[in-house]
Amino acid sequence: MKEAIYTFSFLGLDYPTLWFLVVGGLFSGYAILDGFDLGAGAWHLFFKKDKNRRIALNAVGPVWDGNEVWLVIGGGALFAGFPILYASMFSAMYIPFMLFLAFLIFRAVSIEFRSKENMKWWRNLWDISYSVSSAMLAILLGVVMGNVLQGIDIGPNYEFTGHWLNFINPYSVMVGITTLALFMMHGAIYLVMKTEGKLYEKLKGLLRNSIIFFVVSYVIVTMYTLIFIPHLSDRFRNSPELFIVPILAFLSIANVPRLATKGKYLQAFIFSALTVSLLLVLVAIELYPVLVISTIDPQYNITIYNAASSQKALGIMLTISAIGGPLVLLYTWFVYRTFWGKVKMDETSY
Amino acid sequence: MDVEILSRVQFAFTIAFHYIYPPLSIGLGLILVIMEGLYLRTGKKVYEHMTRFWIKIFALIFGIGVATGIVMEFEFGTNWATYSRYVGDVFGSALAAEGIFAFALESGFLGVLLFGWNRVKPTVHFIATLGVWLGSMFSAIWIVVANSWQQTPAGYHIVGEGMNARAEITDFWAMVFNPSSVDRLLHVWIGAFLAGAFLVMSVHAYYILKNRHVELSEKAFKIALAVAAVFSVLQLATGHQSADGVAENQPPKLAAFEGHYESDGPADLYLFGWVDEENQKVYGPKIPGGLSYLVHWNFEDPIPGLNDFPEDEQPATVNAVFQFYHLMIAMGLFFIGLTLFGVFKWWRGKLFAHRWLLWIFVIAVILPQMANQFGWFAAEMGRQPWVVYGLLRTSDALSVVVTANQVVFSLIMFSVIYLLLFLLFLYLLDKKIKAGPYDEKSDDRRPIQEGMVDMVKSKE
Ligand code: HDD
Ligand code: HEM
Ligand code: HEM
Repeated sequence: MKEAIYTFSFLGLDYPTLWFLVVGGLFSGYAILDGFDLGAGAWHLFFKKDKNRRIALNAVGPVWDGNEVWLVIGGGALFAGFPILYASMFSAMYIPFMLFLAFLIFRAVSIEFRSKENMKWWRNLWDISYSVSSAMLAILLGVVMGNVLQGIDIGPNYEFTGHWLNFINPYSVMVGITTLALFMMHGAIYLVMKTEGKLYEKLKGLLRNSIIFFVVSYVIVTMYTLIFIPHLSDRFRNSPELFIVPILAFLSIANVPRLATKGKYLQAFIFSALTVSLLLVLVAIELYPVLVISTIDPQYNITIYNAASSQKALGIMLTISAIGGPLVLLYTWFVYRTFWGKVKMDETSY
Repeated sequence: MDVEILSRVQFAFTIAFHYIYPPLSIGLGLILVIMEGLYLRTGKKVYEHMTRFWIKIFALIFGIGVATGIVMEFEFGTNWATYSRYVGDVFGSALAAEGIFAFALESGFLGVLLFGWNRVKPTVHFIATLGVWLGSMFSAIWIVVANSWQQTPAGYHIVGEGMNARAEITDFWAMVFNPSSVDRLLHVWIGAFLAGAFLVMSVHAYYILKNRHVELSEKAFKIALAVAAVFSVLQLATGHQSADGVAENQPPKLAAFEGHYESDGPADLYLFGWVDEENQKVYGPKIPGGLSYLVHWNFEDPIPGLNDFPEDEQPATVNAVFQFYHLMIAMGLFFIGLTLFGVFKWWRGKLFAHRWLLWIFVIAVILPQMANQFGWFAAEMGRQPWVVYGLLRTSDALSVVVTANQVVFSLIMFSVIYLLLFLLFLYLLDKKIKAGPYDEKSDDRRPIQEGMVDMVKSKE
């Protein structure tokens, strides 16, 4: 496809780069927000009593749908801004995305259906479905990310030429597990903030374990990346000042256990959110301006320039985001403010 | 089977299933706004009870609407990759606007609507209800704009050639106000109001028949009947407006709607009928020259027939398009008759006097659902063989790399999941309806909302 020429710029950044930042911001918002409720979901089966499960469910009840909307907007932004990437990636990853959809559906309806019946088997069934799909969604997100980092078999016309089973490989599975660990840590902090009494004590223990789980898997993935996927660290070797980002990420991770042991959970939560976005910044630096690396030939790489919509379209959408973005933040703030503090059950709860 | 048929079946199936829920969310949203508005104005507990009852049902419907909606957004990329590359520049803006302006609004306020009853002031809760409803109305705007652009493209130009051709946007507002979007948006909105109103009428008619919650039900029924009557009449007008637009912008589609093959002489309008595609004939009661009259305001002027268009630019399934279209119209006319009759009886003070009439309302809940589905089937099948009218053929729009086996897998997956969802939905809906707005045996029915207690006290 033609390489369009992008002449307009804002703050010295051309439109595709700006849109790259918008999409990155949306996905990072998604990972922070849905990250904690997926993580909370992954913990669900660790709570044994029905009451505790209900509390955990009601901690995410009023917000999970709003969180998921960030995925919907992110997907829309990808489609609108980088249609070529959207088309190539989604059709290449047909089966993983279909599974992703199935888990999304099961998760959504499990939350809705679970407390509608009193039978033990009914509640157990939806609890399992809720927890398994939350965990699988986190893993699948990581698997997709792992493949993007590693590169996929993109051939002429930006069409995928490999087999979908290639998407399951040691690296992508490792990234998947790390993502799960990250979200579980993030979710545990959220739940600690939302609970009281015995459940709160129990969660403090779970949080400690999840921090260890995350740090270990993160270290393994980093080592593997440095050794086996050297192209990802090229940029850091060439411009050492960028090392500030991994260092910040490291400091931010280290802050989480420090604040958690002091009982400053809100701050710990902020730092785990920061960790999520710094890791994405790391990914963005490693890739930019490439979006997906072709393992066949660099000339088939999908980049922000050959995949982007026209300058006109990007301009329109930047305007839409400039108007809509603050509104979205406003609603988000309003909802979180309304449900601030420990979970209180009433007759409207799940 | 080939990928094209499979992908089309999958898209039609998943979107048709999704489209059971959005019209109910939009329509119920409107009725909730009215009910809660009445509650705020009067402070009467009967309105509080009905609002809270319908919020519970709304939650169930909305939940499934959300779960099934995300599927479509992914499907554009997974199954229709060529299409996505072709239209992304234009169509993407509408989808992105939908996410930012509509979904964020509705899902943000949804939490407050469902769980905030005891946490926020009544007026703030009302704002949340309004926010959710407006969000669902906005989402209809953007999705209908996107679909209408596919029906009547505007505000774009084509760059590149052959496999690399794609549409690029040149004028955002021309894209948004393309020739069919306003007509179709009004028609879709009203279709949704009817779906919501008929659901409310059905449930309350059932309670009245069973002699439960009678006082509350009579009030709620009247609210919904008023909504249904007004919009049934308006729906005829917006439908006509749409048909006018189709005559102008998509003449082969109009010809398929009426099974109209030859353009010499006046074109007829059928009440119902059967299209014999072999012999190019329609059997059924007709108004001779009726179609000419609707389009040109006289019974003589010819209308282009299907045979005026190349074979490969005509919809392939004329009889199906004809049937869906005529069934939708038949239902629309029936709604006008039924609701106006209901209003007449209301005026005479006999609305709840006839059990048979109430039974008709109990059953009629299914009809707007069918009309909504059939309307889409007529509009989308009539558009064939184009996916973007006049620009991109459906057969060219597929993902090149997806194989038939993969689509078979996902199709089976969706069929199983959706069947399960649908059964659970019916089961839980039935359960909520049986449980009713509150337990009639306990007399503790004071308003539960904080703040409201004082307000009611001061009025008493
Ligand atoms: C007339 C209105 C209408 C139409 C024609 C459609 N939808 Fe829909 N959709 C809605 C009206 C709606 C809604 C009322 O706004 C829903 C239902 C429940 C909800 O959460 O929002 C929704 C939900 C919904 C969601 C989930 C949003 C969330 O997470 O909150 C997505 C991604 C879509 N839809 C996407 C689509 C696509 C891609 C469609 C067509 C190709 C489509 N919808 C047809
Ligand atoms: C923006 C929205 C929409 C887009 C982009 C869209 C696009 C498509 C596409 C790509 C197909 C498959 C190819 C085809 O057979 O035409 C299709 C078919 C279909 N769509 Fe739409 N559609 C949209 C909205 C809707 C909605 C809301 C409905 C509601 C029920 C609907 C009903 C159908 C049906 C019934 C078919 C099957 C027609 C057939 O296969 O002959 N569409 N549409
Ligand atoms: C009363 C007589 C009615 C007439 C004359 C009418 C006319 C039309 C026409 C011409 C279209 C096709 C528009 C296009 O392809 O661009 C259409 C589509 C549609 N109709 Fe109707 N209709 C009527 C009643 C209804 C009713 C009662 C409902 C639902 C409750 C309904 C729901 C729909 C829907 C959902 C669509 C698809 C979206 C669209 O294309 O606008 N219609 N109608």
